Amino acid sequence: MRPFAYHRPETVAAAVAQAGGADVMYLAGGTNLVDLMRLGVLTPATLVDVTRVTSATIEQTPGGGLLVGAGVRNSDLTAHPLVRSRYPLLAEALLAGASGQLRNMATVGGNLLQRTRCSYFQDVTKPCNKRDPGSGCPARTGDHRNLAIIEHSEHCVATHPSDMAVALVALGALVHVEGAAGARQVPMPGLHRLPGDDPSRDTVLVPGELITAVELPALPLAARSLYRKARDRASFSFAAVSVAAALQVEQGVVRDCRIALGSVAHVPWRAGRAEDALRGAPATEQEFARAADIELEQARPLPLNGYKVPLARNLIVRALADLAAVR
Amino acid sequence: MTAPVTAGRRYAGAALDRVEGLDKVTGRAAYAADHRPADLVHAVAVPATIARGEVVQVDVDAMLKRPGVVAAIWHGNAPRLATSDEELAVLQSRRVAYRGQYVAVVVAETPEDAREAARTLRIEYVAEEHDVILRADHPRAYRPENVNAGHPSDTGQGDPDAALAAAPVVVDEEYGTPAEHNNPMEPHATIADWHGDGLIVHEPSQNVSGLRATLASLFGMPPGHVHVVSPHVGGGFGSKAKTLPHTILAALTAKQVGRPVKLALTRRQLFVATGYRTPTVQRVRLGAEPDGRLIAITHDAVMQSSTLSEFTEQTAVPSRVMYAAPHRRTTHRVVRLDVPTPSWMRAPGECPGMFALESAMDELAIACGVDPVELRVRNEPAAGPESGLPFSSRNLVACLREGARRFGWAGRDPRPGVRRRGRTLIGTGVAASTFPALRAPSSATVRAEPGGRYTVRIAAADIGTGARTVLTQIAADALGTAPAAVTVELGDSALPPAPVAGGSMGTASWGTAVVRACEELAARLEAAGGTVPDGGLEVTADTGREVRAQERYSRHAFGAQFAEVGVDADTGETRVLRLLGVFAAGRVLNPKTARSQFIGGMTMGLSMALLEESIMDGRFGDFLNCDLAQYHIAAHADVRDVQAYWLEEEDPHLNPMGSKGIGEIGIVGTAAAIANAVHHATGVRIRELPIRLDKLVR
Repeated sequence: MRPFAYHRPETVAAAVAQAGGADVMYLAGGTNLVDLMRLGVLTPATLVDVTRVTSATIEQTPGGGLLVGAGVRNSDLTAHPLVRSRYPLLAEALLAGASGQLRNMATVGGNLLQRTRCSYFQDVTKPCNKRDPGSGCPARTGDHRNLAIIEHSEHCVATHPSDMAVALVALGALVHVEGAAGARQVPMPGLHRLPGDDPSRDTVLVPGELITAVELPALPLAARSLYRKARDRASFSFAAVSVAAALQVEQGVVRDCRIALGSVAHVPWRAGRAEDALRGAPATEQEFARAADIELEQARPLPLNGYKVPLARNLIVRALADLAAVR
Repeated sequence: MTAPVTAGRRYAGAALDRVEGLDKVTGRAAYAADHRPADLVHAVAVPATIARGEVVQVDVDAMLKRPGVVAAIWHGNAPRLATSDEELAVLQSRRVAYRGQYVAVVVAETPEDAREAARTLRIEYVAEEHDVILRADHPRAYRPENVNAGHPSDTGQGDPDAALAAAPVVVDEEYGTPAEHNNPMEPHATIADWHGDGLIVHEPSQNVSGLRATLASLFGMPPGHVHVVSPHVGGGFGSKAKTLPHTILAALTAKQVGRPVKLALTRRQLFVATGYRTPTVQRVRLGAEPDGRLIAITHDAVMQSSTLSEFTEQTAVPSRVMYAAPHRRTTHRVVRLDVPTPSWMRAPGECPGMFALESAMDELAIACGVDPVELRVRNEPAAGPESGLPFSSRNLVACLREGARRFGWAGRDPRPGVRRRGRTLIGTGVAASTFPALRAPSSATVRAEPGGRYTVRIAAADIGTGARTVLTQIAADALGTAPAAVTVELGDSALPPAPVAGGSMGTASWGTAVVRACEELAARLEAAGGTVPDGGLEVTADTGREVRAQERYSRHAFGAQFAEVGVDADTGETRVLRLLGVFAAGRVLNPKTARSQFIGGMTMGLSMALLEESIMDGRFGDFLNCDLAQYHIAAHADVRDVQAYWLEEEDPHLNPMGSKGIGEIGIVGTAAAIANAVHHATGVRIRELPIRLDKLVR
């Protein structure tokens, strides 16, 4: 890999200050960044190691939510009793991701910022608009079996690979960031962006901004939630499609729900249309299927990934049916 | 040759622990890349980024200005090699025959510097149109003279076309298997070290004698000047059996820079130039009576090879052995494409070929309304169906019966798609396994010391199979001593020449030589009054004459595999709930290592059935999924309940141990058993591997 400078500051302010120059990247668990550096996909001149500056603690917020430090390891987050009881979909999503070894290293902040596993993106000898803007998207007409079916663009058909982020989008988490211009909070969905004509940018963060924490809102509905991940290999495999869902049913009627899909779009996809269609509807399998179909009307599958449409539909219906215990 | 094979056995058949097991699990066992001679430099091979064309220029000068860089070598400044083998003629031509072919090598003081130099090396190409996609109707498909292992391309008997036209029941289907890559735990690595006009090579090798001969010929020196050292091999599966371009590159580079060179391939590079299983397109036609008795079998297979050399997998060859039928034909066609040369991957030929044949047999069972176990029993041949030779032993039927009993096959409802556990569709399937029992000439030396210790010396290879342990047991029996008194030295080309660890023939070939050497030693010791002279006593045996003179028999191991699968009705995810194999493979010499071989093969077959596929991009001309995150190999969670059993088989026509090879048969038939179970579960017939969820979700 390209030689790089390495800094390990002790405070967020110092980290942000050191990230001011060009070609600087933050390093946390390194489970994706180091791979990409070895492949030559990313060639930062400077790494700022943030493992000493971001919190690795999980605290309760006054409003009844949780504030998760960006440095919390995936394995610690999924094991936390309050995460398991209040946000089962998040605990399950984390456990569905990667391997035990990777979860022990990977942090919450880094997980949100991992890059697509599109094979063209990872091979520097091939064009890729995300890696090399303007060079083209060979995936669109090539191997896109596991790439996007919703809101892809002619410039990029990549998917976001995270499981955790799907759960966070369903929960409506708030991402706390700090940068040279100060601190701000970015709601999810909203952190990740659609590819449009600039797929090189995965998120709305500006250069130098550092994720410091993720805030999980109080959401009683999430106590009855789950994460389902369909995949080729039974473990250590990215999703073909995944679903995070929470459901609240009162007297046979859907009072509220949250649905998000993974591996269908450039962003962890909040299925807002399906949610809208379900609120107030009878909690029946027919209604769940109807809502899934409404969401997936916007799907524009490519020649090799049409299977994701029935897969996503079936996963949504199954998840909701299981939560409603109607099947 | 017809002496009882059980006489005087004490240790063959015993579940000995691996003699080097403790060294391996404690990290004491040194693998090739662990070796660090003084003054070592690091080389990184630079792959072509075009699939066909020419290298015009390599910017060597810019590279040499970089810190730590020692040399940059390409065709323009490489030493010349004495070879007509285009595969191994590295840096000998401007031509690029496939994307990823090594077109340069960069040498630096550290691996980091070498990698970075390789990454940034500027190479100018003239690219030409390439052709990398195999099709059954490819206009350049041709009939090769022979296929792998020396089999004839085409065979036939009777009039299969007419017989098929008249047959009451016909199955006529096309089956496909994708390109697949070997991924041993230990990636390939070479350390090449010249001493004057002699070359020492440390590398994991399944064939140190063969590698020595090839290196000597390429560099124009006597074989005795080449020393290949390979005490431990971290898996091979065929990928470390042939001499590969990176080895030549390392030796050539070390010669050029005058220092020892380490060239360790990355995992991604394993997907380019260490061989792979060719994709296959196969058409199988079965004509049968209504009761399932076969009238005709045809099996036509199309494979690919590179423009550099012809390697044609013997895909249809198992159909020459499996079932009786008066009318039959097998054909092989190969297309030379702008791709890397395919090579051996565990059970080349038998493995993909039996996926097709055994899937077709399942389809025939359904068409005839005959139980798939019974169908196979009905078509059991009395002698080799094509060769007419008697089988030295053949216990396929016994394996099917024993497997059915253990698996609980009796009373199976043949209807597809009717069993559910919750949202999971359940199905069961069966397929047969076969692999030839081969033997090649070998030599071996055994030496007795006055203190009662023995040393066996043989240029065999233990690629994780347990060969060192089994040869120890064989020698102990032949010498009438305990295994602890025997040391087996192998994995070194300075030892008596021995054949490749391949074709499941290692133990049969090496073991014969070890037994003969030990027998001769014991006879001489007896003649000398039972006392070992002060200087020790040494005997070398060569089995060339014995092996060439062996009687003509059809020698094969057989087996039956049973699978139970669960297919998620919502997602199409297939999980193998149970896999059970019963094998008849002569005498099992070490139940512990044998069981690992069987369940290892079955696990690899499961992986092939559900996951493995190297995806070729026709525009770029290379495989896309070149890492273990994208090329899926079964993980622990995929492998739930795999059981292997074997039948005691007495076969006096094999070798002094009475053994058949067991390294490959475990992977043969597994994919068909699983595909047949998936059909039983869902009613969907998957004829193109792998069986991934996108083919089943609806």
